[in-house]
Amino acid sequence: MRVVLAEDLFLLRDGLVRLLEAYDFEMAAAVESGPELEQALAELKPDIAVVDVRLPPTHTDEGLQCALRARRERPGLPVLVLSQHVEQLYARELLADGTGGVGYLLKDRVFDAEQFVDAVRRVAAGGTAMDPQVIQQLLARRGDDRPLARLTPRELEVLELMAQGRSNAAIASRLVVTERAVAKHTANIFTKLGLEVSDDDNRRVLAVLAYLDRDR
Amino acid sequence: MNTNTQNDSGGSKARGMLRAAGRGFVLAVVSLPLAVLCFTLTLVSIALIPIGVGLVTTPWVLTGVRTFANRRRVLAAEWGGVRIPAAYRPTPEDANPWTRTFTMLRDPATWRDLRWLPVDMTAGFLTALLPAVLVLYPLEGFALAAGLWRTMTGGPYVEYGPYWYGFVPVSDQTSAFGAAALAAVVLIVAHRYAVTLFHVHFRLTRAVLSPSESELAERVRVLTETRRDAVDTSAAELRRIERDLHDGAQARLVAVGMDLGTVEMLVDKDPEKAKQLLAHARRSSADALAELRDLVRGIHPPVLAERGLGDAVRALALRLPTPTEVTVELAGRADAPVESAAYFAVSEVLTNAVKHSGADRIWIDLHHADGHLRISVTDNGKGGAAVGTGSGLTGVERRLGTFDGVLAVSSPAGGPTMVTMEIPCVLS
Repeated sequence: MRVVLAEDLFLLRDGLVRLLEAYDFEMAAAVESGPELEQALAELKPDIAVVDVRLPPTHTDEGLQCALRARRERPGLPVLVLSQHVEQLYARELLADGTGGVGYLLKDRVFDAEQFVDAVRRVAAGGTAMDPQVIQQLLARRGDDRPLARLTPRELEVLELMAQGRSNAAIASRLVVTERAVAKHTANIFTKLGLEVSDDDNRRVLAVLAYLDRDR
Repeated sequence: MNTNTQNDSGGSKARGMLRAAGRGFVLAVVSLPLAVLCFTLTLVSIALIPIGVGLVTTPWVLTGVRTFANRRRVLAAEWGGVRIPAAYRPTPEDANPWTRTFTMLRDPATWRDLRWLPVDMTAGFLTALLPAVLVLYPLEGFALAAGLWRTMTGGPYVEYGPYWYGFVPVSDQTSAFGAAALAAVVLIVAHRYAVTLFHVHFRLTRAVLSPSESELAERVRVLTETRRDAVDTSAAELRRIERDLHDGAQARLVAVGMDLGTVEMLVDKDPEKAKQLLAHARRSSADALAELRDLVRGIHPPVLAERGLGDAVRALALRLPTPTEVTVELAGRADAPVESAAYFAVSEVLTNAVKHSGADRIWIDLHHADGHLRISVTDNGKGGAAVGTGSGLTGVERRLGTFDGVLAVSSPAGGPTMVTMEIPCVLS
């Protein structure tokens, strides 16, 4: 799997390259600025782009803008965006086209290499990886949401993990239950929230995220 | 060389004289009717306030007077090199006529304008016209000497006796030469003093039109106060940041270092325990990062740096438990300190609204007009918010004061509450 990485801090870039190579990813390019990223994405056609939100030369949200532009030109191009902080505003922009293949994680998540690599693979396969903090922000904002209040604590846990983009199998192993139990919880959640049940993991995640981000 | 230079300076002086005369003439002729018109309209409009008509007309008329005065300020700077500062208080754009009228009438600058108008139509008119008179009058003297005296004393003018040019009675060629001599003297005076006289006009304008010393003193007092507030606030902020770093991230990194040292020692003896400590160290470093992230958000929110005020407020609204609508109309970005002050002001007002108002909806509007950033935060809560009741709004007012910004609260009991903030600034 060919990866283009954009990160301006040398230590982090170096560390990420080493980490990804250790897990058998092929590093197509590791760049440090917006224009370089733009060029690398156009020329190297990677399977996934791992991008820091803030990049030189402007040190604003250059990386995010670059990723959004690239996805407009190549819809569904898998992009995993990393940042020192997560904002629901940015998550919303990344998810806006509804095609999946999007990840948005705090840089801290690279501490857990297994989980991080899992997220990269998921996004590259067209799935979703949303930072737990984004999901918590979304849930916190829905404090007085009636349908959410009807979920059991266990169902809420499943919902949270599902919204992060995890598959039934991953949720099952995380909560130490069987996949069938997770499937049952999922069905309950979708009924209670009034969402259409779908067998496709990714479509399910996007439906849940859209529900949580919906304005009241 | 020397002669040339002298010729040049003589030539430029003559040009200066002619320019002063021309400009003075135009100024006198154009501004006299305008000044009379402004003054009359103002008097009539103010007199009509008791029957209501004046409430509508007065703001218009006074705005016209200000435009006129401002035009003259510009001319004073361009033609006379005299800077006359304007010190009008801002008038609320969307207020009702009553408020607008009385805000303008309470402004000392308005009354200064009205004192200036009569001065301008008398002394101002004369000082503007004088250079032109000094340049034009000699022409008549020379014309008399050249033969005009025959026409002016002969024919139908015979019965009027001698023709008076200044104090010289002209009745024949000799006395006509006398008139020409007087004309020459006047022309020399004009050559020497026309420009100075013209400047007297602008100095006169400045004397009447510039803000008085007490107003400047008041301004200095306000600036001193807001500066002290700003220094106090930033010192307190630094202390808070220092304490947070010291007790938070710094302490956690020490713990991480200690854990790693112990791991080094245990790695061969007790690998299981070493693994546990490694996990602990990783958790500590994650906590340190989380704390640093919160701290950074409190110093300068990353979205503000990345996206500017509009999106930073949108991101802020998305974090609120209360549904919030944000409308932004900003054509560019303000200076970083202004953006930051505005952001934290909005943040504080929102915190207040969420905590105390009991509102279930909030509206935020940000736009830039007439050189001011205007922000309003409205909620449909129970109202009763006020500045100076320890509500946090005092802090906001102080924060904005550093940038000459103002805060107004309208919060009747029962709601709704509307907090409006205004900061003068330019967008780039």
